[in-house]
Order: sequence, then C-alpha cells, then structure tokens
Amino acid sequence: MLHWAFDSLLGLSLLWLAWRALTSPDLFKAIVLFISFGLLMSLAWVRLGAPDVALAEAAIGAGLTGALLLAALARLESIGEAGRQKGSIGETGAHDR
Amino acid sequence: MSGVFLYALLGVGLFVLGLYALIIHAHLLRKILAINVMGTGVFLVLVALAAGNPDAPPDPVPHAMVITGIVVAVSATALALILMLKVSVATGKNHLSDSTRD
Amino acid sequence: MTDNRKTGKALRLLLVSLLCAIAAWLGYAVLGLSLSHVGLGQLVGANLEASGVSHPVTAVLLNFRGYDTLLEMGVLLVALLGVWSLGGMPDYDESSPGPVLDILSRLLIPMLMLVAGYLLWVGAHAPGGAFQAGSVLGAAGVLMMLAGWRLDSRFAGLLLRVVMVSGLGVFVMVSTAMLLIGNGFLEFSPPMAGELILLIEAVATMSIGATLAALFLGSRPAVGPDK
Repeated sequence: MLHWAFDSLLGLSLLWLAWRALTSPDLFKAIVLFISFGLLMSLAWVRLGAPDVALAEAAIGAGLTGALLLAALARLESIGEAGRQKGSIGETGAHDR
Repeated sequence: MSGVFLYALLGVGLFVLGLYALIIHAHLLRKILAINVMGTGVFLVLVALAAGNPDAPPDPVPHAMVITGIVVAVSATALALILMLKVSVATGKNHLSDSTRD
Repeated sequence: MTDNRKTGKALRLLLVSLLCAIAAWLGYAVLGLSLSHVGLGQLVGANLEASGVSHPVTAVLLNFRGYDTLLEMGVLLVALLGVWSLGGMPDYDESSPGPVLDILSRLLIPMLMLVAGYLLWVGAHAPGGAFQAGSVLGAAGVLMMLAGWRLDSRFAGLLLRVVMVSGLGVFVMVSTAMLLIGNGFLEFSPPMAGELILLIEAVATMSIGATLAALFLGSRPAVGPDK
C-alpha cells in the first residue's frame, strides 16, 4: 500500500515536472525544472531496481545536462544582446546615409 | 507486480508529452528539452519491463543499454546545443525558418 | 486574424487527439507485453563466472555486449569532433567566481576525484563503473571551469587529443590483441578478463571525463606556441 502511494506520487510529480519544464514560458525556469526532473528520475530508477542507471542519471541527467543547458542559455542570451546592439547600430547607420 | 506497469505507462506518457512539446514549440532549446524528455520515457519503459519478473532479479541487459543511452543522449545534446548556437549566430533567430531565403 | 487563430486552434485540437491516439496505442502495446518472459537475466547469471567481474551490469557492458560500449565511446568522440569542428564559440565571460564557488570547488574537486576512483573500482562487483566514474570526473571538470580554471596551453595539443582518443583506442587495441591470441574480437577469456576490463574501464573513465568537460567548454582549447 505504501509502495503504491509512493510510486503514484513519484509518477505524478514526474509527469507534472515534465509538463512544467516543457511549457514554462521562462526558459531559465524550464531548464531548472528539467534538472529537478532528472533528479526525481534517478529516484524512479532506484525504485525499479536499477542503481547503476540511477548513478548515471544523477551524475549526467541532472548534473552535466543541466550545466550544458544553462551554459547554452547564457550564450544564447549574449548572442541575442549582441545581435540587437548590432541591429540598432545598423539602423542608425542607414539613417545617417 | 503492477508497479512495473505504472512506470511503463509513465514512460509512454513522458514520450507522448515530449512529442507534443517537440511539435508545438519553435524555439530550438525547447525542442532539445523535449527530445531529452522523450528519450527518458523510452528508457523508463525499457527498465520497467526489465524489472517485470518479481521472482528473478532485474534483467541487466536493458540496464546496460540504458546507461549507454544516457551517455549517448548527453553527447547528442551537447552537439545539438552548439548547432543551435551556430544557427542563432548565423540567422539571429532561435528557431529554424520555414524558407531558406529569409 | 480570427480565421488564423481558428485554424490554429483546430490544428492543435487535431494534434492533441492524434497524440492521445498514439498514447493509447503505445499503452495498449506495453500492457500487452508478457512479463513472465525469461529474458536474458538468467543467461547473464549463468555465464557471470566467465566474464571476470561479479556485477552483472558491468559484465554486460564490458564483456557480453562490448560492441555497445565500444560504439558508444565512438559516439562520444564523434560528438566531440563535431563540436570542435564547428568551433569558435566565444568563451564564457571572465568574471571572478566569487569566494563561495572558489572555496567550495577546492573542497569538492578532490572529493569528486575520490568518488570517481571508488566508483571505478567498485564497478567490478557492485553498482558503479566507467560511465558513472567518468561522468563524475566530467562534473569535476565543469566545476573547475566554472571556477575560472582553463587547461594550460602546454597540454592542450597532442596530450589532450591522446586522452580523448585513448578510451576508444585502448578498447580497440585490447580487443584486437584478443583476436591475435586466438579468441574472438572483444572476447575476454577468464584468466585475464578481470584485469583487462579494469584497464579498459580506467582509461575509458579518464577519456569520458575529459570528453564531457570538453563538450561543456564547447570550443577547442587554444594551443600554445610552445607545444
């Protein structure tokens, strides 16, 4: 009974986290939710009797993928900033001409 | 042991959820997240069915395949993120445009 | 405008119903699978003696299905080559990491290295192994880079490339040596299997860790003039 309750709760929170991670309007929030999704996944692996997979998921799915995604997001935003600045400079240049 | 089916169905649910997000979002970073969720769903089905027989210990072959899959997924994600950044630098957009002209 | 929105809504409804159908179909297929099948678990258990390790998952990864692992090392290397050849991503801003990250990384990195070594060693008979150890090493590398550390340009040339390739290279060399002895390719025989697997795993751990950290950096480290 307790196992059932735990499994259902874990399943529901995994689905909810995945849904929030995929639909959240804020990208940073989406990535953080995805990282916590990975952490909860490793709990699910343990429940399924796969501690090896849980170890790999905790180190890679939650740690490294999260770092990669956050780094990419930071770079994406700096590229966007640079593009906007260049765009505005280009526009004023066109005005000057 | 129907907890196994619970996790297998959860895997199916995650796969379909990821597929939905992959189709409706145009932003490439969201597409990468969606593909990762889809992959996790597939792994969950594999491992859940490996734990299916309650009398025997879980089947180690799907576990090994899933560990391999997780490492392949992270390297593919890294490559996809760099490609996304390159698209962003080249076109100034965070999504793929429909036509090649603009 | 309203027409557009209406078609968009209709399309989304169509998409959701299609996906529901896919979900129902997949769920039906999964529920229809028989769980009482024997699977490969018993076969692995029966041959565990011959694999050189006593943990079934490690035995499958490094011995029974060595091809998977070999090709996976290849995938990692190809992903890294792809990232490097796309090259030229700007490095992260050189901001000072702050005292917390600085001190924490000094404490954590030796610990992470110790954990990686433990995971590698324990993989022969308990959960753990090269991939887990390698990813912990990779995480240590990411932490070091976040704290402002960069690979010295003296090591960024040949040495780095050798480390990256060594995981795949040693695997292929050991497997080919097995071929010369008279076993099959990737077929490790009992008297030496445990040692060979440990050797491959140790090199693979270094290589996976370095590759994952390099994937995080995103561009090839600059090679110094005095290489």
